[in-house]
Amino acid sequence: MAMLSFERKYRIRGGTLLGGDLFDFWVGPFFVGFFGVVGMFFTVLGTALVIYGAAIGPTWNIWQINIAPPDISYGLRLAPLKDGGLWQIITMCALGSFVSWALREVEICRKLGIGYHVPVAFGMAIFAYFTLEVIRPFLMGAWGYGFPYGILSHLDWVSNTGYQYLHFHYNPAHMLAVTFFFTTTLALAMHGGLILSATNPKKGETVKTPEHEDTFFRDTIGYSIGTLGVHRLGLFLALSAGFWSAVCIVISGPFWTQGWPQWWGWWLNLPVWR
Amino acid sequence: MAYYQNIFTQVQVRPLKPEHGVPVAVDDRIGKPFNSYLFGLIGNSQVGPIYIGYIAALSITCGVIAFEIIGLNMWASVNWDPVQFVRQLPWLALEPPLPKYGLKVLPPLNEGGWWLIAGFFLTAAILLWWVHLYRRARALGLGTHVPWAFASAIWLYLVLGFIRPLLMGSWSEAVPFGIFPHLDWTAAFSLRYGNLFYNPFHMLSITFLYGSTLLFAMHGGTILACSRYGAEREIDQIVDRGTATERAALFWRWTMGFNATMESIHRWAWWFAVLTTLTGGIGILLTGTVVDNWYLWAVKHHVAPAYPQVYGPIVDPAHLAPGPRP
Repeated sequence: MAMLSFERKYRIRGGTLLGGDLFDFWVGPFFVGFFGVVGMFFTVLGTALVIYGAAIGPTWNIWQINIAPPDISYGLRLAPLKDGGLWQIITMCALGSFVSWALREVEICRKLGIGYHVPVAFGMAIFAYFTLEVIRPFLMGAWGYGFPYGILSHLDWVSNTGYQYLHFHYNPAHMLAVTFFFTTTLALAMHGGLILSATNPKKGETVKTPEHEDTFFRDTIGYSIGTLGVHRLGLFLALSAGFWSAVCIVISGPFWTQGWPQWWGWWLNLPVWR
Repeated sequence: MAYYQNIFTQVQVRPLKPEHGVPVAVDDRIGKPFNSYLFGLIGNSQVGPIYIGYIAALSITCGVIAFEIIGLNMWASVNWDPVQFVRQLPWLALEPPLPKYGLKVLPPLNEGGWWLIAGFFLTAAILLWWVHLYRRARALGLGTHVPWAFASAIWLYLVLGFIRPLLMGSWSEAVPFGIFPHLDWTAAFSLRYGNLFYNPFHMLSITFLYGSTLLFAMHGGTILACSRYGAEREIDQIVDRGTATERAALFWRWTMGFNATMESIHRWAWWFAVLTTLTGGIGILLTGTVVDNWYLWAVKHHVAPAYPQVYGPIVDPAHLAPGPRP
């Protein structure tokens, strides 16, 4: 059995949201549960459809496989399978799979008697995906505005969508999102580095304490947020990155149709200095 | 239930005597520590003291000089009008030297000379800060993981502003100082070299950037979720595993079949963050020096599809005009 030495005493029944004891078991290291079964259904179906889409497409080149959404002319209708319908079903499968994964995480949290932070955080990522593939296309009036499934094709989509607004860096929500991504990475380097430096000290030294950690950051930047606070900060920064990413794309098109550099006109035309 | 989600600190601990810090041989700590209620809601309420030795003082001085040069140049560019300075601030720039000066050490001040001087002081400030971080870590007997992570960011900074311009033979290749101007530079740079999205090192860098954000959400969330078992006492948990680590590990094991340990998660974290700027720097360094058009590079290596030719052939004007190339 794929069990860690201490694992057996944690494998207890209960904590499930749906299905009671029916799916309350493990397969190898994986907990199953009702949402494991539902999630597996969506994952297998979605993956199979991606492979089918690749098979009827022009290439097996992993970089170039592309499953595109329907043409804009289909609006918000269902499209024929080979004409964007695949993309629509795959999107539904993806959402079903992501939500099942989050709910399965909730069940695992309940089994272990721990907080719900991870599934809630994952919810932010699902929200960003949902915004890109459902909310914005819905507001724009066509599924064709969603991004395609493909390694290079989704990059092309980002490029093309960005340049439709002339220069996407001027989108204020995009600025915030990028700033949060960079700040999260900076904070992660600082936190990871600090823990490693305290537990892997200079040769011959004993392992250090949180007092040393606080001292290092007070000495260098005048403030140490502390062992608990840094994880609140990290979670906040990471969730903010996802949240503002969703905002920056949903306002592009539905709420602002010009180039983003033009948006800043309000600042130049403030009554105080106009 | 909400109580156990541990979003805020409800009871703040404020010792009668603030912590001065671990004793060190040479103590240049300054400032009287105080408590902030707002900081205390999220993390420690104590602010200060701060260690300002001669290296930190020198670093801060260089940083202030660079900041002042940049700000005063921007102010001068609007004829010293304070209102226009504020109004146009996001658009104002201190641009690098004009292309005609190549790698000239000191071109005229208002044609890039100030940019070079500001860059010199900013670089000095950053390198001195690295020394400061390294010495603080060593003085406390800690490992040097934080300064080496910082070195990875410095690598990207040096590639953008120093190493790549050097290889290209012109300071004009470097990034301008300014809020919108550096964004304009980024977009123009990507377009000039055939879209940076096709640059594999750019792909890697973005992957590590998003991966870092994902990791911090996962790690931060896990520690907070297990905080009722003391998961935030990470050093204790690393050297003497407790139920907090066991639950944190099992959460991920049951979710995705794999788990880190309390120590290894911080190695994942460190490497993801460090590789973001490390790979990013490589990507910038290769652009224009080794690869002139990332789209054509990607087509050649069967990464990108060759898109249909919609327009007639376009000749680069730089290849038409006789005389020196810009």
